[in-house]
Amino acid sequence: MKPTAIDARRRRLAQFALAGTALALSGAARATQEQMAAAITAFTGGAAPKQGKVTVDVAQLVDNGNTVPVTVRVASPMSAAEHVTAIAIFNERNPQSDVAIFTLGPRSGKAEVSTRIRMATSQKLTAVARMSDGSFWSGSADVIVTLAACIEGEG
Amino acid sequence: MTIRVLALVLAVGALAAGAALAGADARKPGAAFMGAATQAMQRDDTQNPAMLWVGDGEALWRSKDGGNGKSCFSCHGDARASMKGVAARYPSFDTHSKRVLDLGQRIGQCRQTRQQAPPWRAESRELLALESHVALQSRGMPIAPPREARLEHAAARGKALFFQRIGQLNLSCAQCHDDNWGKRLAGSTIPQGHAGAYPVYRLEWQDMGSLQRRLRNCMSGVRAELPPYGAQELVDLEAYLAARAKGMAMESPGVRP
Amino acid sequence: MARALVTVPATARRGEVIEIRALIGHAMETGYRPGPDGKVLARDIIRKFTCRYNGEQVFAAELHPAIAANPYLAFFTVATASGTFEFTWEGDKGFSQTETARIAVT
Repeated sequence: MKPTAIDARRRRLAQFALAGTALALSGAARATQEQMAAAITAFTGGAAPKQGKVTVDVAQLVDNGNTVPVTVRVASPMSAAEHVTAIAIFNERNPQSDVAIFTLGPRSGKAEVSTRIRMATSQKLTAVARMSDGSFWSGSADVIVTLAACIEGEG
Repeated sequence: MTIRVLALVLAVGALAAGAALAGADARKPGAAFMGAATQAMQRDDTQNPAMLWVGDGEALWRSKDGGNGKSCFSCHGDARASMKGVAARYPSFDTHSKRVLDLGQRIGQCRQTRQQAPPWRAESRELLALESHVALQSRGMPIAPPREARLEHAAARGKALFFQRIGQLNLSCAQCHDDNWGKRLAGSTIPQGHAGAYPVYRLEWQDMGSLQRRLRNCMSGVRAELPPYGAQELVDLEAYLAARAKGMAMESPGVRP
Repeated sequence: MARALVTVPATARRGEVIEIRALIGHAMETGYRPGPDGKVLARDIIRKFTCRYNGEQVFAAELHPAIAANPYLAFFTVATASGTFEFTWEGDKGFSQTETARIAVT
């Protein structure tokens, strides 16, 4: 039987599940939107974050889900009286909802943090900022993640 | 020659000259096909993960190793001077072993013959670190394969391989990288397949790797049998790719998706 | 000892907001990836990063497996006085590493 593109894709997906990519599809339970909501609630201590002030800067279509550069910015004067005390990043479809929690303060000068994250599949990223007055603000971005072409095979 | 034929010859000549002047090198490096964030990662040495390997390579360059207690520095001095332009001239024909060698193999040969030290395994951290450090010294310089008959034979064999269909998907390198570059394959944009950024930090690997590792990934992608590291076919392909990218600027050590 | 690359401006004006970058070599094994024998490899990640400026913490990060290998962090701080930045990474299997950088503030 002549191999078709679909067979190749199935083989590649099977390869993806077995081979060493960062987040294997088989076995690992995927986080859900409910789990992400629970993780956010744990961070805020029950308060519902207000939407605004927080920007999640990430490519709409990433080059590779294994290493995705992300920058989170929060609009804040970062003064002693009014500043961001923490920024947390969450995802909705990796095996775990938490990505990172950053601690900032009045000495930060600017509420902006950059890092590189792993994304198992296309999903929404949400960042939540805790302010010095105890309020919480959030922002999010939708990201498309596809399988890389020509990944590692056996041998 | 009649006036009409002369006019025709002159017209064709002018067209050819015009085309040559327009230059219009249609070749684009792999970086041109990456997203802005990945390009930024490569462009900036303070955030390029490959610089971690370069740091290790700088340390290895100066560490004594092997039976006669020499380091690379013992013979070559400061790599910034002695290795300038070297990576841009690889693969190259080695008169000592009478083979075409890529940079990693050349380092291995130096270790064995000059340092009396065992060569590092292909794709090992040490070898990639030293390769990255050496290749960085050619960054920005044009890829310049030496003019040498036996190297050119290897490139000719490599060219034949480049156009040969392989694997269960029955595809050749040329079909993607000559005929369909710029189009999408599994969500990625197909680059032209110029290899001027190696060794690269590939986001897919979350690791550093050589051109041979990437070629084996391509072959895996078309479900072909993978030649072992160091196989003649891989070196021949590297020789062809260097000839094909001749004149393009080295970007090593690069970042690729 | 992992290779680390920290970027701190050598000089700054008092009150200037400066960018700090920290990159360290670490596989950040997620705990979900099968090894060559098919068994899942245990989680082995850097879990905490701290930046101290003349002894006082100015930035910290709690990292999870979703942070990519060879973790990279870029953040800001206000240049207050000349002195030393101390960067510490801690993680699984007793991983602990500190790097320092000096700054002259005028």
